[in-house]
Amino acid sequence: MPEPKRKTELRQGAGGRAAHDVGGLDFGPIDRTEHDLALWEKRVDAMLILLTGPKKGAFKIDAMRRVIEDYGQQQYDSTTYYEKWIRAIRNLLVEQEILTKEEIEAKIAAVEEAMRASGRELQGGSVPWDDVGGRM
Amino acid sequence: MSAPAPRFRIGDVVRVDSRMALGHCRTPFFLRGKTGVIVGIQGAFHDPEKLAYHKPGLPRQVLYKVRFKQSDLWPNYRGKPHDHLEADIYEHWLMRISAEARSDSHAA
Amino acid sequence: MPHDDHDHHHEHSHEHGGQPYRHPFQRDHDADPASPYEVLEQAIRELLIEKGILTSEEIYAQVDLMDSRSPALGAKVVARAWVDPAFKDRLLANTRAALAELGIDIGSLADFRVVENTADVHNVIVCTLCSCYPKMLLGIPPAWYKSLAYRSRVVVDPRGVLREFGLELPDHVEVRVHDSTADLRYFVLPRRPEGTEGWSEEQLASIVTRDCMIGTAVPVEPATSAAAE
Repeated sequence: MPEPKRKTELRQGAGGRAAHDVGGLDFGPIDRTEHDLALWEKRVDAMLILLTGPKKGAFKIDAMRRVIEDYGQQQYDSTTYYEKWIRAIRNLLVEQEILTKEEIEAKIAAVEEAMRASGRELQGGSVPWDDVGGRM
Repeated sequence: MSAPAPRFRIGDVVRVDSRMALGHCRTPFFLRGKTGVIVGIQGAFHDPEKLAYHKPGLPRQVLYKVRFKQSDLWPNYRGKPHDHLEADIYEHWLMRISAEARSDSHAA
Repeated sequence: MPHDDHDHHHEHSHEHGGQPYRHPFQRDHDADPASPYEVLEQAIRELLIEKGILTSEEIYAQVDLMDSRSPALGAKVVARAWVDPAFKDRLLANTRAALAELGIDIGSLADFRVVENTADVHNVIVCTLCSCYPKMLLGIPPAWYKSLAYRSRVVVDPRGVLREFGLELPDHVEVRVHDSTADLRYFVLPRRPEGTEGWSEEQLASIVTRDCMIGTAVPVEPATSAAAE
């Protein structure tokens, strides 16, 4: 398996730093509203801990961070914590050849169909695919 | 496997390398090129810059707790002269400046 | 959503061997229209279970484990350190082992360090590069801790940020910011307020909030808290 490509995308106008590396910048006032996690977010948290744990060893937490950092500034700033995480888990499972892009797409279609059938509304749209592992 | 021996000792004055990071790294941009004092030796850890690309993370890197004067980090620091910031920095990002701490930044 | 309700009850009664689900999920969130990220979560989870990489039992056990970690657990540790100086010394010297004494297993992902507030030093924790947090003690971090605003500003203007949180520190106190940049997770051991002599550990724990252990607050002194009532 080829080594994933190194591709640090820099934050614009921030002196040559990557998107996630924000110490000393200014993003305005701190919103201290408390949020409870949705169940799906708790599951993302759980899956990450299990996949990176010694028993499964699917990938390291460091690889997870790398994938999130590679999203680039626009995606990094506009997605929530667990949105970043599930997208990175998806990318890494493909990168590590544990799942394929095709089976993920097929399963998404099946999940959406099941949700619709059960009366659950869908926001619509999809999570963009990234240049997984640097291999298009 | 035995742990690598630390190159630096508590009290050493060190500078963080100012190189550009190509790919994942855990040395914040705002600390690069800055001078601080080693205040703790945290042990040896697998190298995150290699783990991030599915490599074994060897050789392991000694991790240091480095204390910086806030006024050395920010030209217009709005706090007090005795304020500090500490961060954990891996050995391959540090260079020794001198073995003797400046008294002003070593004060706990 | 009636179906969601059924779905969750079904899964949980399955995974917990018929035991009722111990912690309520956020019904309002889950009843919102499903975002593509929530759809993706379900798709990935189902695929990993189908392939035998994870089991739903493991996932729910992990969700339950994280739900068992909370600031209340951290407060218990702080209160013990306040009443038992020998425990405090062990907590500062070997945090993992001291937490294990109280039955708290912090897992294998990261080691912990405790930083102690004193009359002269006030500590505050951040992770500027992501959102590292002592989750295995305090649970999931608050949203503001993960926000770009907190991560970017608390390192350059800690006194200003603390002021926003309602904490004005005396000029002579050193503010020491800890950026959790690597394999260690930090939490603050706050100072025990004056006027709490003779308090039980439970009473002491009740004044130790999550923010006290991040360093954006200090335990409220009894006189102040009585005045507020």
